[in-house]
Amino acid sequence: MNMMSEAAVEKALDQKMNTVPFKMIGKDVSVYYGEKRALFDVNLNVRENTVTALIGPSGCGKSTFLRTLNRMNDTIDSCRVTGKITLDEGDIYDPSIDVVELRARVGMVFQKPNPFPKSIYENVTYGPKIHGLARTKAELDQVVESSLQKAGLWNEVKDRLHESGTGLSGGQQQRLCIARAVAVSPEVILMDEPCSALDPIATAKVEELIHELRTNFTIVIVTHSMQQAARVSQRTAMFHLGNLVEENDTDKMFTNPDDQRTQDYIMGRFG
Amino acid sequence: MTEIASSSSSAYARPSATRRDIGIKRRYAAERRFRAYGMAAILTGLFFLFVLLWTVISNGYTAFQQTTVTLPIEFAEKIIDPKNERAANPSKLMSANYPLLVRDALVKALGIDPANRADVKKATDMISASARTQLRDIVVANPAVIGTTVNVPLLAEGNIDSANKGQIDLTVEESKRKVNDQQIGWMKTLTDSGAMTKNFNTGIFTFGASSRPEAAGIGVAALGSLYMMLIVLALALPIGVAASIYLEEFAPKNRLTDLIEVNINNLAAVPSIVYGLLGLSIFINFAGMPRSAALVGGLVLTLMTLPTIIIATRAALKAVPPSIRSAALGLGASKMQTIFHHVLPLAMPGVLTGTIIGLAHALGETAPLLLIGMVAFVVDYPGSPMEPSTALPVQIYMWANEAERAFVERTSGAIMILLIFLVVMNLGAILLRRRFERRW
Repeated sequence: MNMMSEAAVEKALDQKMNTVPFKMIGKDVSVYYGEKRALFDVNLNVRENTVTALIGPSGCGKSTFLRTLNRMNDTIDSCRVTGKITLDEGDIYDPSIDVVELRARVGMVFQKPNPFPKSIYENVTYGPKIHGLARTKAELDQVVESSLQKAGLWNEVKDRLHESGTGLSGGQQQRLCIARAVAVSPEVILMDEPCSALDPIATAKVEELIHELRTNFTIVIVTHSMQQAARVSQRTAMFHLGNLVEENDTDKMFTNPDDQRTQDYIMGRFG
Repeated sequence: MTEIASSSSSAYARPSATRRDIGIKRRYAAERRFRAYGMAAILTGLFFLFVLLWTVISNGYTAFQQTTVTLPIEFAEKIIDPKNERAANPSKLMSANYPLLVRDALVKALGIDPANRADVKKATDMISASARTQLRDIVVANPAVIGTTVNVPLLAEGNIDSANKGQIDLTVEESKRKVNDQQIGWMKTLTDSGAMTKNFNTGIFTFGASSRPEAAGIGVAALGSLYMMLIVLALALPIGVAASIYLEEFAPKNRLTDLIEVNINNLAAVPSIVYGLLGLSIFINFAGMPRSAALVGGLVLTLMTLPTIIIATRAALKAVPPSIRSAALGLGASKMQTIFHHVLPLAMPGVLTGTIIGLAHALGETAPLLLIGMVAFVVDYPGSPMEPSTALPVQIYMWANEAERAFVERTSGAIMILLIFLVVMNLGAILLRRRFERRW
């Protein structure tokens, strides 16, 4: 039954992308690092239960945009964000918004696998613990198992939950980081080139995982690999020199893009 | 991407012309020369270290031996308490004529005529004047000993001790020598009878200051140093770590914090005697704290150690990979949680190493203590950090100023003890780092 509903959701999502409601809306988003402007009035919306891929050449602002979505840019002193970004209609840059709560709703997976140098178990339980999502040992055990299941790592690590997370292979570490993000039950997961440090086999596993996660989470992924964007995403946004060039259904983007620059980039003529 | 494609399409062609001479031989020679310089530098360092240790150890190892003369002391009631009033007035026991007991025992052991005052004087000079307090302590601790005869190991006088260890040249003319011929004869008699022996010197670890080398030790100074180390640890570690965390993680990066940073680095280079002057004017003259107290010494050393700890802690915090911070922040941890749950534990080995090295530095510091009156002749153990005390390196400094041969070896012996403390602390730092260091 579970299988059926998942398949049904997927089908519906694939068929009528344009009817899927927006999860996050970015309106006229500009980002400045000190005097330097990194993003120019980007209008980009993220649809619910969809994988949105951000592509573009290095330094085009795609990672910067990604990091505005959970305010990770706040940690950089000189960084300033203008415009409006909403999550379920709520402005995430509103002064009344608690950034801690926001990051619990919008989780993040980084380019380089960065598990805490603690046990696998502690890696997964850290988020739930600080957010008070699970308190008793039984609850925590439950969270660990379900998160690792969702990240497709459970069978590989269930016998060594108390060994260090840094002792895993690169691909396993990255899936542990995904499990750690999933454990907080976020609504949106941001992924900043999650496979760039992984070998093709580990990459395939993570991509498969992204595909599965989509039924429960909204995912925004930055990637340098056009093939990856084509494989995992339903929507793709192309950035160039801090501007959003084009945002479209992935199928259309890779077959018949509206913008010449997208065409050129995808064909490998620049970048 | 395009460049890679183009370079891989055209076949790699070997340059046809012969290579230019770029001086490969000279390059290798330069490298060999550089290695030789490096080896020379290390060997020079090792040589001086060896000379230092050799000097200290060859001078100092004898400090851990002490000549004692074991005599059957008759605790005669007619000398200690002739009027039998000790029950009513125990303080009588404190002021009794104990040297007389030593004299009587010595006269009997050496077979000297008690009427020959000059000989008796020479003989009693061979025993340390500290025998008086030694016997007094025995009697006061157990008055029942009065009326019995007990074998008591008495400390030999410093020069006799040196002569017994072969450190005084006995071939020079008698009038220019600290030990006269008669005493040498008696030493031989006592040694042959088994009364004069060389034993392990426990006194150097337990005694306080004394003008008599045989009764001088570093015990009191070591306690003063311990008090100061505890004060430094209790104050410098929390203040230093808190300051570093604030500066490194919370403080805005602007001119003011730059200025603070530069000045912390400068403070680490301020001569320690300046900290002594600061302590003198602030803690003693202004705040009215007692002079010569370990409390003031500890505060001054705290000020001196703070920059070291702050610099080490900041370096350790900086060395924590930013990815760990991002990971915690990305999960919705607050800045405080990120720092205290992840960054600080990872920085802890560096913090502890810095702290221990700072403490070791403070333990060996002498100059500031001279200014706050800790160059003191302290005989009794200080009961609290408020009481007058002295410190290990200051004790070494004071002994180094003494003239007797026996103080020379004790100076080196005390240096050895101090060095052992420092080595143990540094080993502790290394072990802690090994134990807690995590790799990722």
